[in-house]
Amino acid sequence: MRVTIRLFARLRELARRDELTREVGGAATVADVWGALAREFPALEPYTRSVSAAVNDDYSPMTRALANGDDVAFLPPVSGGRR
Amino acid sequence: MSSSRFAVTSDRLSLEPLIGLVSAPGDAAPGRPGAVATFLGLVRERNLGRRVLRLEYEAHERLAVRAFERIDAEVRARWPTVRLALHHRVGRLEIGEASVAIAAGSPHRAEAFAACRYTIERVKQIAPIWKHEYFEGGDVWIEGATADPDDEQARQEALGRSCA
Repeated sequence: MRVTIRLFARLRELARRDELTREVGGAATVADVWGALAREFPALEPYTRSVSAAVNDDYSPMTRALANGDDVAFLPPVSGGRR
Repeated sequence: MSSSRFAVTSDRLSLEPLIGLVSAPGDAAPGRPGAVATFLGLVRERNLGRRVLRLEYEAHERLAVRAFERIDAEVRARWPTVRLALHHRVGRLEIGEASVAIAAGSPHRAEAFAACRYTIERVKQIAPIWKHEYFEGGDVWIEGATADPDDEQARQEALGRSCA
């Protein structure tokens, strides 16, 4: 199945693209898609612990199983200022 | 300027329309508010000892609006009489320009102040909006914590600060 992947902010800069489509296995999770992406773009790998995801414009756990045509957004940490 | 209560926009922000949006009678809140608390976040000239030249904000816009609606639901669960409006700007911002504008209307001031503070704390925690700082000598993406709307500890921290 095919999914659309969207990258934001520093992730977008590191991968030098904001959107791509990839073929993934039938039982792929968000984490699987991220893993493949980090192999394709090793500069993204340091974000593995801090990235969050949204599927079809809703925040999603990395364990979510994807469906054909899903839109998966990967989000670097937000500013989260305390002052 | 958007006429929605929750918006991400490249237009300049202004509090007046937001005050209007939370002052209208009807909708969920009963009648007109007796108090409106507002917050405006501005681009600072200095950050972490650096002289800031400008900021560029980037958002996942549809997810951001959903995050704002989620914050609104959290606010109404805690302060049922509060009516909230929240606009965030994206794109290039100069020093002193407003990046975020919030208005919270309620029958009495205590809830309005608390909800307004809670809202900005939650925006910082869970809104998918990133700040690219251009300063004298370089540029950097400001990255804090992983955005997780279900992180209950973060939510409690926001609540603690809003009711301090």
